Amino acid sequence: MSTDALPSHMRPENSFQGLILALQRYWADHGCVVLQPYDMEVGAGTFHPATTLRSLGPRPWKAAFVQPSRRPTDGRYGENPNRLQHYYQFQVLLKPSPPDLQDLYLNSLYAIGLDPSVHDIRFVEDDWESPTLGAWGLGWECWCDGMEVSQFTYFQQVAGFECSPVSGELTYGLERLAMYIQGVDNVYDLNYNGMDGPDGVSYGDVFLQAEQEYSRHNFEHADTDMLLRHFKDAESECRALLAAGEKARTATAATVHQLVLPAYDQCIKASHAFNLLDARGVISVTERQSYILRVRELAKACGAAFLETEAGGVGFHNQAAE
Amino acid sequence: MPDLLLEFFSEEIPARMQRRAAEDMKSLVTNALVDAGLPYEGARAFATPRRLALHVAGVPVGSPATREERKGPRVGAPDKAVEGFLRAAGLVSVDQANVQSDPKKGDFFVAVIEKPGRAAIDIIADFMPGIVRGFPWPNSMRWGSGPLKWVRPLHSIVATFGPETEEPDIIRFDVDGIEASNGTRGHRFLADKAFTVRRFDDYASQLEKHKVVLDADRRKDMILNDAKDRALALGLDLVEDPGLLEEVAGLVEWPVVLAGRFDERFLEIPDECVRLTIRANQKCFVLKDPATGQLANRFILVSNIEAPDGGKTIVAGNEKVIRARLSDAWFFWETDLKSRLDDNLPKLDGIVFHEKLGTQGARVRRLEALSAQLAPIVGADPDKAKRAARLSKADLVSQMVYEFPELQGLMGRTYAQKQGEDASVAIAIEDHYRPQGPSDTVPTDPVAIAVALADKLDLLAGFWAIDEKPTGSKDPYALRRAALGVIRIVLENGLRLSLTGQLHSYSKKILQQTLSEKSVAATRLHLFLEDGQIADLLSFFADRLKVHLKDEGARHDLIDAVFALGGQDDLLMIVKRVDALGAFISSDDGANLLAGYKRAVNILKAEEKKDGAPVTGRPHADHFQHQAEIDLAAAIDTARADAESAVAAEDFEAAMTALSRLRAPVDRFFEDILVNAEDPALRKNRLQLLAEIRDATHVVADFSKVAG
Repeated sequence: MSTDALPSHMRPENSFQGLILALQRYWADHGCVVLQPYDMEVGAGTFHPATTLRSLGPRPWKAAFVQPSRRPTDGRYGENPNRLQHYYQFQVLLKPSPPDLQDLYLNSLYAIGLDPSVHDIRFVEDDWESPTLGAWGLGWECWCDGMEVSQFTYFQQVAGFECSPVSGELTYGLERLAMYIQGVDNVYDLNYNGMDGPDGVSYGDVFLQAEQEYSRHNFEHADTDMLLRHFKDAESECRALLAAGEKARTATAATVHQLVLPAYDQCIKASHAFNLLDARGVISVTERQSYILRVRELAKACGAAFLETEAGGVGFHNQAAE
Repeated sequence: MPDLLLEFFSEEIPARMQRRAAEDMKSLVTNALVDAGLPYEGARAFATPRRLALHVAGVPVGSPATREERKGPRVGAPDKAVEGFLRAAGLVSVDQANVQSDPKKGDFFVAVIEKPGRAAIDIIADFMPGIVRGFPWPNSMRWGSGPLKWVRPLHSIVATFGPETEEPDIIRFDVDGIEASNGTRGHRFLADKAFTVRRFDDYASQLEKHKVVLDADRRKDMILNDAKDRALALGLDLVEDPGLLEEVAGLVEWPVVLAGRFDERFLEIPDECVRLTIRANQKCFVLKDPATGQLANRFILVSNIEAPDGGKTIVAGNEKVIRARLSDAWFFWETDLKSRLDDNLPKLDGIVFHEKLGTQGARVRRLEALSAQLAPIVGADPDKAKRAARLSKADLVSQMVYEFPELQGLMGRTYAQKQGEDASVAIAIEDHYRPQGPSDTVPTDPVAIAVALADKLDLLAGFWAIDEKPTGSKDPYALRRAALGVIRIVLENGLRLSLTGQLHSYSKKILQQTLSEKSVAATRLHLFLEDGQIADLLSFFADRLKVHLKDEGARHDLIDAVFALGGQDDLLMIVKRVDALGAFISSDDGANLLAGYKRAVNILKAEEKKDGAPVTGRPHADHFQHQAEIDLAAAIDTARADAESAVAAEDFEAAMTALSRLRAPVDRFFEDILVNAEDPALRKNRLQLLAEIRDATHVVADFSKVAG
């Protein structure tokens, strides 16, 4: 669908939310379930269980969603026009990756008003790795006129497990993309709702105060003792839940693990507590590595348990055989 | 003869891998052809972001028939042996084997294996799938649900074979569902159409019509020429960058060169920062003013499309990104200039250099002390050396170096100049990292020399003290490079330095203090170099020096001959000795003396073994029976005394000359005298005289290590 058909306030070149809606519409048309953001603090859309966990196992899966992402160290007290400690990613996960994934991606750019015949679109090598998730993949940064607007990855391994089939993951940096499409140099000047005059709401109207307050929080006020406690609590709770889920499975003679998703939530919590501790500068270089490893161990344990569930593929081959 | 055309068409291949992959494709395919008995006339491989292509010219239509005779066991051999022979020869029954007679061995089986020639097209179809599956990508991946691995998803394969005059055939093979054909596609945006190709010339020209320049070198030429033209039109010069050119040529199939500009105020940032910002983030070239050599506020970008608006949108987009990046760089620059380098020093205490060697701050304090210790020896002002060492790492915590680590040193120098530091101090801050590789120059300013030596010696001594030495191929702290750096600085500047003395003093007075640093784990009681560790570090230097001298063409054995003397810790003197020894050995006198020496030592060795005890003591004049003995003894005394005083005066040539006077008496001794005299006293005395020869020559080198 071309953007011309949209009313002015819904067009991506006028409206931040218009951009989101256009992407949702596009990927909905291509069979994705359009999810809402995961209701937890995460560093990137990849942490959403719809990506991390669903990329494991044999079952096909297509999802698209916006995920607010928090990178505490990127906070700049609202003073930098390009950096935010809270921003939006639009994430698409297609499993198995379809053969025309690049074309689907390029058409999605067309759908938000970037015509590949006028813009210089490039696929520039970028290997992706998430040490905390035990995940890696190969792909590209997608450039539009010299600007990185998306990441495009073929997942090879997640939570330490080989991905089979392979998922294709697309991540659009929404603020950056919107700035380009709207032609503004400062993220806070983005038009959020596409309205003009007194009805117009800017990105700054919505988020500037939050950026200032969270920067203070992340760098100065977050209680590090409490965060260390939270990290440890989340870590042990994750393990306890995984053990309990396994025990419940044995006790009830169930075929599947009983408590993977709640356990994975604790892994997300531990990861975010670590990010905040990192921003507070209380983690030394050597400790840093060991924290990352501890989160990775949780992610791996959750991935292993997920593979023992229905969504993780239990019963899938039987079904396919019938 | 027929030509072979192959193309692997995929999603975008990383630029850095393309050239190598094209070469791999060529060698894999041509080797397989040759192995199958298909020699070819010529082959060329090509790469673009989306395809690898190979043209092999002059391939025979088929492989020749072959006949091979294979000998088997004798007739009547055990069944097992016969069965094994049949299996290996591919025969079903023994009736298929011939029997040959040998007069000695009797009758035995012979298999005649005849292979008919095969059509080249079938041979190629057979080996191609294996080449695709096993392609040596540095990094490969799976996609979708298939098992195939490739650098990025592989979409199609072109494979045609045929003579110039006919319609070539498609080579029929299949790799996990990808069927070879004669179909490919054009440029992703400019001509995204499928089309069929016949042979190479038709392939290349059709690609060109479909907006793909197949040859990377041609793309590079196009980019370079257009970029220079653009620059010329603007009255500017292109700042050439071969690495960037290679990369950019691997990012486009149809290069279109465009020029953009940025705000002039950004030129306040040092040129190198602007260039790196634009290069690293945007892969664009910068331009300079030919009159001043300074950067201009223009850049060159290479687009992959011809846009209907002449590239206006593309240029505007790139300008916007470069503006944002340069704004960041400008912010870093301004922020850095707001403080003095001295203000950065406390931050170094927060950066761990190594958990057992403390922080960067602790390291800087060691560098200060060591630079001051070295200053008088290298002719530097100790205060300036100390100051330069103090500031040497201050730029590591600057914003600019955080963003571009490769600017370390350069930024330090720039900031030092801005804050009015002494010129030598500023230079030392940049040059103390030198030499960074074999092609890098060494520092020549005395202050820079002092800090550069301190930087490397601290690194080496520190890691030796905590026992983290390089092993095998593992050298994570680049200690070999540091040792080589010391060697080059010393030799190229002609410096006299006793490494042992310096290391002892450093270990006692400087390294030990690290333990009082708060950052160092308090679990250790001492941190210093034991004598054994210093000796070990010296032998590490000796090894590096050997490698260095060998690279310079010196003889390995001569270096060993000098090192075998022991206690050699003055690099410059070692090299001078090696040089003098080399000149001596290649002279007539030297060669003869060496022969005499070897003879003496061989006799000594044999006799010492016989006696089960080494020859000791000096010969006595009472036992001399011949003039040759008397003359030799006298000559040895003189030569030894002369050589010793020449060595003391560091005149190794004179020492060699002194030794060369031994040649005649040694020769005559061996002519006239029988060492193994019947009289044990005489024999002992003569052996003692031989030992004297050995000892005298050891004043300059251990001749036993010299080959020849």
